Amino acid sequence: MFEPILLRRADLPRSETIDVYLANGGYQALPKALAASPEDLIDLVKRSKLRGRGGAGFPSGLKWGFMPKEDVTKFLAVNTDEGEPGTFKDRKLIEEDPHQVIEGAIIASYAVGARHVFVYIRGEFFLGVKRWNKAINDAYAHGYLGEDILGSGYSLDMTVHRGAGAYICGEETAMLNSLEGKRGEPRLKPPYPAQAGYHQAPTLVHNVETLANIPHIVLHGAEWYRSIGTENSTGPKVFCVSGHVYRRGVYELPLGTPLSTIIYDYAGGVPGGKKLKAVIPGGASTPFVTAGDVDVPMDFESLDAIGSALGTGAIVVMDEDTCMVDVALRAARFFAHESCGKCTPCRVGGRRIVDLLEGITEGRGQAGELDKLYSLCDGIAGKTFCPMGDAMVAPVQSSLDLFVVEYERHLDGGCAAAH
Amino acid sequence: MMKPGQLASTDLMERARLLTALYVAQEQYGHLTDEAIERVAERLHMAPGKVYETATFYSMYRMEPMGRYVIQVCEGLSCHLAGGAERLLDHLVEKLSIQPGATTEDGVFSLVAVECLAACDASPAMRVNDTLYTDLTFDEVDSILDRLGGR
Repeated sequence: MFEPILLRRADLPRSETIDVYLANGGYQALPKALAASPEDLIDLVKRSKLRGRGGAGFPSGLKWGFMPKEDVTKFLAVNTDEGEPGTFKDRKLIEEDPHQVIEGAIIASYAVGARHVFVYIRGEFFLGVKRWNKAINDAYAHGYLGEDILGSGYSLDMTVHRGAGAYICGEETAMLNSLEGKRGEPRLKPPYPAQAGYHQAPTLVHNVETLANIPHIVLHGAEWYRSIGTENSTGPKVFCVSGHVYRRGVYELPLGTPLSTIIYDYAGGVPGGKKLKAVIPGGASTPFVTAGDVDVPMDFESLDAIGSALGTGAIVVMDEDTCMVDVALRAARFFAHESCGKCTPCRVGGRRIVDLLEGITEGRGQAGELDKLYSLCDGIAGKTFCPMGDAMVAPVQSSLDLFVVEYERHLDGGCAAAH
Repeated sequence: MMKPGQLASTDLMERARLLTALYVAQEQYGHLTDEAIERVAERLHMAPGKVYETATFYSMYRMEPMGRYVIQVCEGLSCHLAGGAERLLDHLVEKLSIQPGATTEDGVFSLVAVECLAACDASPAMRVNDTLYTDLTFDEVDSILDRLGGR
């Protein structure tokens, strides 16, 4: 049984308070980090091989290294805009243990020379906003934030900014625009935020879960961290399991844990003795994994190798009675609704996909419409301004690739799934 | 490249408060009326058009009047698979006698179907203004409505 690291305090009573955090090993990494040089910390995180937990899996140490070394205005932005369908880990992490993320954020800021942290949080996370604010106030009161932190001479401020209902603001440049008080439309990259972020100042952007790892790496070292997980996907991961399983919830396990272990041993398997049909392994924008691949190790490389992606580690399980065309429609609706409208393939293409899928699931599908769907997917994937287009296409394209029979049944007026 | 401290002294830093200011205005005015937009613009030294441009991008800002209690029901994929989402929405439609997107005649409740409340492990889920309710039964829904609207 894996001993949780990131969630080890999450179930304690009043786990969100600074008292419980301090009584259980909290804020011990910070003095250690402040005593080290920023260069050593960047090197430490590089050696830990920590990769971003927001979906893209970019090496965190490399990102820290991209931040300019000069003493210019720099920022850290904490991405708490969790919105990928199926994902609820960051909400858990900030509601149950906000100080862990704050400590990670302070250390990261110190390492890259940022003097201000923006916490950008999803507008709907009312409890999360409360917990963040309370935790930040308490961190100031204890001298972990503000002027001359723990007598180190290093000063840092942290403020919370609520988003207002836009999935796209989880994309880092859209989030920066939103922070600047603009519409949350993505920017062209490069320049990347580490070069030109908040109001063009170098900005390090990290997901909540990524930062939660930092205090543990500082306390226990890179070698210890690399001993968890696989060679190139190191450390623990908070997996979210939902859909057709007995025990939905979050499970923290080493990267590389087989998908089947998470579904069957931890989440209790598929209810009603039904067979598993498909799994979304990393949130709605990751291609389906079929029953035949359910033993795939949940790490970046293994999922890439079977044509899917680790994404946010949000596992959505579908049993044998699930209509995959219906699932594709649900996912497509979400993405079409959340398209920011900046570029045409995503704005119009998403809507067209939904129209076609609605027709097909409602028995109004015409011969030749599958070709139209393929052509729409082809016209969107890789041709949009930001990764939203690829996200939108993934569930549709992958259901067409893997379950085209179900589409054909719908065109004949039936449904392959038993209802 | 900017020098330390440069940002803090400009209006730019102030604009980071726009989204928060819009929430405050919405709270005061009920929805973002022209007057509300102008007040925010004045406060943050922005053109009203710029404020409006931002406000209309985000789904949590109401440009039209809505009920005192806005009920959001999650219709996201995980909730849909779990099976309770549609039944919960149907129940509310029946109970409130309004369709999703509408507001009751007395202005107490608005009903909205939304995508993903990040409560995928606890569906059916709904949010009423600031409060998230999870693992709901119809009885619980009814008592919440009774408590809020005297129904």
